[in-house]
Amino acid sequence: MAHMGVESERIHLSWVSSAESTKFVRVAKEVTEAVRALGPNRRFVKSQGPDRSLNDEKAA
Amino acid sequence: MIDYIDKIKQISKQILTDCRVDMVIGFRQGTVPMMNEPCFAKTVDDVDAFVWDSHCGINLANYLTGRKEKIGIIAKGCDTRNIVTHIIENKIDRDRLYIIGVPCRGMVDRRKVNALCDSIYEVTEQGDTVKVTGENLDRQLARADLLQENCTTCVHPNPVIYDELVADEVEVHTDVDRWADVKKIEAMGSDEKWSYFDDLLKECIRCYACRNACPLCYCPTCFVDESKPQWMGKGQDETDVRTFHFLRAYHCAGRCTDCGACARACPVGIDMRVFTRKLEKDCFDLYGWEAGLTLDVRPPLDTYQADDPEEFIK
Repeated sequence: MAHMGVESERIHLSWVSSAESTKFVRVAKEVTEAVRALGPNRRFVKSQGPDRSLNDEKAA
Repeated sequence: MIDYIDKIKQISKQILTDCRVDMVIGFRQGTVPMMNEPCFAKTVDDVDAFVWDSHCGINLANYLTGRKEKIGIIAKGCDTRNIVTHIIENKIDRDRLYIIGVPCRGMVDRRKVNALCDSIYEVTEQGDTVKVTGENLDRQLARADLLQENCTTCVHPNPVIYDELVADEVEVHTDVDRWADVKKIEAMGSDEKWSYFDDLLKECIRCYACRNACPLCYCPTCFVDESKPQWMGKGQDETDVRTFHFLRAYHCAGRCTDCGACARACPVGIDMRVFTRKLEKDCFDLYGWEAGLTLDVRPPLDTYQADDPEEFIK
């Protein structure tokens, strides 16, 4: 994914046992902080076709 | 390379006459220049149609999948590596095969020749030179300058498994940086990478020729053709196009031999090897693995070792 241009800070992989609650909290915090810092994802987001532009117009 | 043909024909005829095989898979002249096509010779007379030159880039291992006959196959270095992979994955029995190994000096990239003029009439070769005749064109070119990209960095040109070789083994490149193409992309920032792949795939028409030409792609129903569940959209949406190429490459991880059949088959000239190349390099760096070199070791994605790298797990 990173090789294709998805920001590497957005990609996380962890192994957490159901008994490792503190690790889960730590990982969840790390992931959300790293991703929040990057802002909304624009890549690998499928466009909704003509419908979306219609909605955008309505919203405007 | 053209001097191999007499030996190829002789061995093919011999094994057909001796009934060691039911057919021999080789190449015959295509209907347009530089497009040799697979040929299934079932009789000694059929063998006369065989050709061998620098335009035999199609990976013939693709025609072995699930076959029950005894088959003779003419195989270059990369083809034999795919045959090894087929045997490991139980797609063909070694006992059914008679492998006629061809030490390979690389295949010509027809796109490089086609770029010379609008219509090419004839392409012939003599040793290290290629003679191209076309509209207002009659030129002699060095074969080395016309090779497919994957052939220029190939370090396994000699068959790794064979019953008979048609010639002495060829010299192997040792002075090439095998991964220069991958490193170039690795060095880019994520924005640059994203636009590089956007640009690469913008011509894709989702014809799946790359998949069909690949000997690794033999699933009865490919994930892109599934409709229940439908894993991904089937149209030209750029996210779907990218998902297809990205997942196809992943299905080849630790199996791809970089034979170049995918890029060769592409009607719009996309070099989708950049996806599989990265995975090939990763397999090499992480596990010291190169696909199809031996029948005795299971592929890395097939086995677990206590010391498998795991730095990516946080």
